Amino acid sequence: MSNEATLHGHPEVQTVHEVHHDEHGVHHHKETFITKYVFSQDHKMISKQFLITGMIWAIIGGLMSVLFRLQLGYPDAHFQFLEDILGSKWAKGGQIQPEFYYALVTMHGTILVFFVLTGGLSGTFANFLIPLQIGARDMASPFLNMLSYWFFLGASVVMLSSLFIATGPASGGWTSYPPLSALGDASEGSKTGMDLWIISMAMFVISSLLGGLNYISTVLNMRTKGMSMTRMPLTIWALLFTAVLGVLSFPVLLSGFILLLFDRHAGTSFYLSDIFLTETNKALPNEGGSAILYQHLFWFLGHPEVYIIILPAMGLVSEVMSVNARKPIFGYMAMVGSLFAIAILAFLVWAHHMFVTGLNPFLGSIFVLLTLLIAVPSAIKVFNWLTTLWRGNIRFTPAMLFAIGFVSTFISGGLTGIFLGNSTLDIQLHDTMFVIAHFHIVMGVSGILGMFAGIYHWFPKMYGRYMNNTLSYIHFWVTLVGAYLIFWPMHYEGLAGMPRRYFDYSQWLSFNQFGGLNRFISTVAMITFAVQLLFVFNFFYSIFKGRRVMTRNPWGATTLEWTAPIRPGHGNWPGDIPEVHRWPYDYAKDGRDFIPQTEPLGPNESAH
Amino acid sequence: MSTFFLLLILLFGFLITFQIAKASEYVGVIRGEKKNFEQHNRINGFLMIVFLVLGLIGVYWCNELFKGRILGESASKHGEEIDKMLYITIAITGVVFVITQVLLFWFAYKYQYSEKRKAHYFPHDNRLEVIWTVVPAIALTVLVGFGLFYWFRITGDAPQDALQIEVTGKQFGWIFRYPGHDQVFGKKYYQNISDKDNNQLGLIWDDAAAHDDVVVNNEMYCVVNRPVKLIIGSRDVIHDVGLAYFRQKMDAVPGTPTTLWFTPKFTTEEMKKKLNNPDFVYEISCDQMCGKGHYTMRGVITVVTNEEYHLWLAKQKPNYAMVMQDKAPAAPAAPAAGPVADSTKTTAKN
Repeated sequence: MSNEATLHGHPEVQTVHEVHHDEHGVHHHKETFITKYVFSQDHKMISKQFLITGMIWAIIGGLMSVLFRLQLGYPDAHFQFLEDILGSKWAKGGQIQPEFYYALVTMHGTILVFFVLTGGLSGTFANFLIPLQIGARDMASPFLNMLSYWFFLGASVVMLSSLFIATGPASGGWTSYPPLSALGDASEGSKTGMDLWIISMAMFVISSLLGGLNYISTVLNMRTKGMSMTRMPLTIWALLFTAVLGVLSFPVLLSGFILLLFDRHAGTSFYLSDIFLTETNKALPNEGGSAILYQHLFWFLGHPEVYIIILPAMGLVSEVMSVNARKPIFGYMAMVGSLFAIAILAFLVWAHHMFVTGLNPFLGSIFVLLTLLIAVPSAIKVFNWLTTLWRGNIRFTPAMLFAIGFVSTFISGGLTGIFLGNSTLDIQLHDTMFVIAHFHIVMGVSGILGMFAGIYHWFPKMYGRYMNNTLSYIHFWVTLVGAYLIFWPMHYEGLAGMPRRYFDYSQWLSFNQFGGLNRFISTVAMITFAVQLLFVFNFFYSIFKGRRVMTRNPWGATTLEWTAPIRPGHGNWPGDIPEVHRWPYDYAKDGRDFIPQTEPLGPNESAH
Repeated sequence: MSTFFLLLILLFGFLITFQIAKASEYVGVIRGEKKNFEQHNRINGFLMIVFLVLGLIGVYWCNELFKGRILGESASKHGEEIDKMLYITIAITGVVFVITQVLLFWFAYKYQYSEKRKAHYFPHDNRLEVIWTVVPAIALTVLVGFGLFYWFRITGDAPQDALQIEVTGKQFGWIFRYPGHDQVFGKKYYQNISDKDNNQLGLIWDDAAAHDDVVVNNEMYCVVNRPVKLIIGSRDVIHDVGLAYFRQKMDAVPGTPTTLWFTPKFTTEEMKKKLNNPDFVYEISCDQMCGKGHYTMRGVITVVTNEEYHLWLAKQKPNYAMVMQDKAPAAPAAPAAGPVADSTKTTAKN
């Protein structure tokens, strides 16, 4: 919008205006195609690698949901093309087979939760924004950062390969509860597919740890002069807490997986006890294990995981919303405090996934209390976002639309969390479609809307070009409306007790009344998925053909990344790194549209 | 063929949308960026309010459409409490939902960009922030209070006179066991399980208490207005006893028994009349992913009057008797096999 930012920047910064700035980078080194695009140690390139890998996964994972929605919506139909593509084992006569259906839902969950909304979201924006917004040349360890991506890719390759083996990929649900996941005789997917799943997830955990440690040390140690912790944009705060959550909880998940691997192959009995398999007509020798132990280990990560997904989205949304409302984010300290509170509480609520496992009811009651407590910081955030909009001067850029959509779905999904967190209601709602509706809205849809907000907002910084606005608007409105049409009615199915993960409801007297609704949901899901492809097209087309960005600060934002050249080289700023003199939310202050962080306080000006 | 056409139509749709989008960008450049931006902003601002209004109407309409299908009145006394809790929660969250969504989209519409408007510098306000920390905290305390009150009532000990039934899940079906006349479940050990020898649960025949235990598959009988306590286990992987009409649910975990109890309010016959559905039965659904047949793991609970229950039970043959009957021709060879009829004496088998 305005070029004002650069006017107040450092003199040596604004003199540079070429498109290619590599020569001006402080880390002057020769770059070949391999070091620039493949084994890159530049945080910006790594972030793009994460983003594009995540997008590919999102398309695969989304396509899977279209396939199993086809089954749920049209359980009696024959789609010949499915047999042509998938073969007669998985889609006999054009009908998806139960084993394949369960493999699809399992992979859909794993892919979307870990590969898209953790790897794709955190990986992209932590890498891209942390150095640029705190004023660092790169991550604390660019090499570990590169490894983090390559472990992620390795995990992706292993997971992808599991789709092509004869017994099929893991199919015990994305949570992979043993004994089902431990015993190949109990389920086809628990044979080689499960081993590959565990190996892939182990590599994913390593990737996540390497990334996380890097993010934390970069934020703590490498902030530019004047960038105190309380002058960091909320994106950075959110990404910092996310990284802390990941570093503390992923190892527990890994330990759970290793025990599972032992149970599978080393004859141990961590999770196994008293098992007789109908399939083989044999009783297993294992005694004394506890299947519930795995659930504790899993959810000790599993619950922080949902905050690992949603915190970065919250950070991105806070930033985008403030920039486009042309107003400071309301209650900066409360926003940081609530992020902190959420991060702490995230570790204390895991057993609310286990109210009906036979957990001691008293223990359950403690988890009810702690779970509902987490609604307080969430409510603070929502009200602060609403107040940020109040009396703003709102520009509906595509990013802003997605940010508003995020707040809407976060409210809707957050409120249904109050149902599920209350153990009394959880008895009726646990493992029903209500849960599906809840976590898809609050984690899936909100997470992805936040990610879209981030992509649309920082696309000009990433590629030096704009995305097409009209396509973006279509993308937004169809996605938001589609998401509500898909998931809102699902709550009613859940209230009726309709269980999740059912291949076919038609033989159930209690649940077959929703056949028409399921068809409707499936149809909307397909349309919504098709529109996501429009986004993918817009994204790749705009990288090469989008309108060029002509000013450094197209959104009129205060933060540091917009003081860097339009296409920054490795090292981000030619010459010195800019110094910071104020918090990042001086919009509409003292009659000025915005004041960049690099501008010193005026003689009569008070800090916020 | 139709698939092919569908894909073709989709592709054309894409192309057309893309061409329009590209054209509109050119138009924007010709018309001037500012004017273009203002027009887009007005359209999106308007859509915000349209979305809000249509959305709220949609929510209301959806509610009207489906409220009759969420299983109606609970068929157990615990379920009444769960339903009450549900309505309290819907009321509180419903109010919050409407207020926050209206504010969100209304603010977005009202404070959309205008050349004349200046954004208001409003970085924080401690009073406001305290209000919206304290008010949700109070609302949640109320919800936690109600929730835990009901939770402890539901998960508390079953009454002494409760009917005890053991439920065991397997891939993919349910096995029920009644303790028989002695009201004691005989001992069992999973290594003894043998479908071939008709010992699905691995009962130990050395234990006399097991001799009168009745084992049935897939259909369970219980008595109206008499508390029933289910002792739940699994033979293989984790299952879950889901009783939608009774608003109950509990995992079946191999190696770790769990329990739940409830009091049925209506017999199956009464429910048939009440719902005007002659096919009605109380279904047990497996609610925990247990393998490829998960969705077929259906059980039935038949709630009957006390007399009907005892009639039914009297007709059931104990598992032990059935096993011995099967074995009878070969039995004389077994060295220590006692007389079949004498179920009080410990008999050693194998």
